[in-house]
Amino acid sequence: MVAMAYTVDISSFFTIVISMVFVSNFVLARFLGLCPFIGVTNRASSAFGMGAAVTFVMTLASSVSWLIYRYMLLPAADSGFNVFAALAIIKPDASLVLVLKTVTYILVIATLVQLVELVMRRTTPKLYLALGIYLPLITTNCAVLGVALLNTTDTPEVLTFAAATLQGFFAGVGFALVMVLMSAIRERLDLLGVPEAMKGAPIAFICTALMALAFMGFGGLAGATR
Amino acid sequence: MWVYRELLRGAVKENPTFVLVLGLCPTLAVTVTIVNGFWMAVAATCVLVASNVIISACRRLIPSEIRIPCFVVIIASFVTIAEMLMKAYLPDAVNRSLGIFVPLIVVNCIIFGQAEAYAYKNGIARSLVDGIGVGIGYLGALLLISGIREALGAGTLLGMPVWSTYPPAYIMVMAPGAFLVIGILLGIFNALKLSRRRRQPRAAAAPLTSREMAAKPETA
Repeated sequence: MVAMAYTVDISSFFTIVISMVFVSNFVLARFLGLCPFIGVTNRASSAFGMGAAVTFVMTLASSVSWLIYRYMLLPAADSGFNVFAALAIIKPDASLVLVLKTVTYILVIATLVQLVELVMRRTTPKLYLALGIYLPLITTNCAVLGVALLNTTDTPEVLTFAAATLQGFFAGVGFALVMVLMSAIRERLDLLGVPEAMKGAPIAFICTALMALAFMGFGGLAGATR
Repeated sequence: MWVYRELLRGAVKENPTFVLVLGLCPTLAVTVTIVNGFWMAVAATCVLVASNVIISACRRLIPSEIRIPCFVVIIASFVTIAEMLMKAYLPDAVNRSLGIFVPLIVVNCIIFGQAEAYAYKNGIARSLVDGIGVGIGYLGALLLISGIREALGAGTLLGMPVWSTYPPAYIMVMAPGAFLVIGILLGIFNALKLSRRRRQPRAAAAPLTSREMAAKPETA
């Protein structure tokens, strides 16, 4: 029986912040979300828009996927409560997680993105105009599915609901930070005499290598890297 | 004859990694050793071929408005099968180092791209050959990158030492090394493409194909 706490204590809060934003940054240390990282960092404004939209969806996706994992996929013996078992529809065993995890998460993320788009268009048209074009791209952003999977792996530790949500939010913040930094570098790269063959993605990757090297310096900040 | 042409197109002319620059997340994450790169490519290729065939077989049944969710479900099912097979038959070390990148094949742009741009518009046989061709191209790219990284970063190839005196540059098996290798390789392939265009001026004037336009990273 796993402790079903919903809270997070202050020291693990700072561990999550430091490790998600700096130490194991999603782009630079975990290779997640490289497509938008190379694709939309040509201009600072679009990089910021994409970063903000991804952060938003990642936070939602982390909390929703945590709830689904705990209360729909895991057998009641592990999590204390299971919707399907409680309604006596099916009796979930350990294989349900393995079989349904990937399909469920990707469908939830796709639905979530549609929902966010719909709500945003109705309630905050200005924000929708700014972020709207990036929203459909987020479904296939592996950082979003990645954070959902990482939050529900249960190794090395079982995350609480708050920890999972915070982890999603700060992973998004780390992603947005690197997007904005990269767009600043690329705006300057455009003015330099880069050899024809290295223009675009190749030189961007070499700059990313240098950024990743610099971010490795944060490795000493957190004793425990997640 | 078309089989050979299609294979060549998928594997070389429209190589998913070096020409289209798609699906780089697993490409960089798992290429620490050749063994990991190999199994990742095999898993992705199996999913690609299977989903290409099924999507192409169902293309008249799937309405175009909801094709993306349909693709997602079909691809995710095959990814789950691949994941379970790998958990059952591959050594623990490989499974652990591939980690979440096996389920992440679901959102791999290569598979999505082929489903959308090829399988949904072509027959079963062609889609099968296209999947195999792209798979070969992906396998080649992963073997090249992982070979370079393993040789420079660990000083070994397939676990056997290659240099007599060489202190391994650990940075190559860490994140910065991956970005450096892909950056330099993309640069080399770009240079080759440019020099070929210069030698054949007519090819340079030819407009980009729609697939090339769609795959341009600036518009992604």
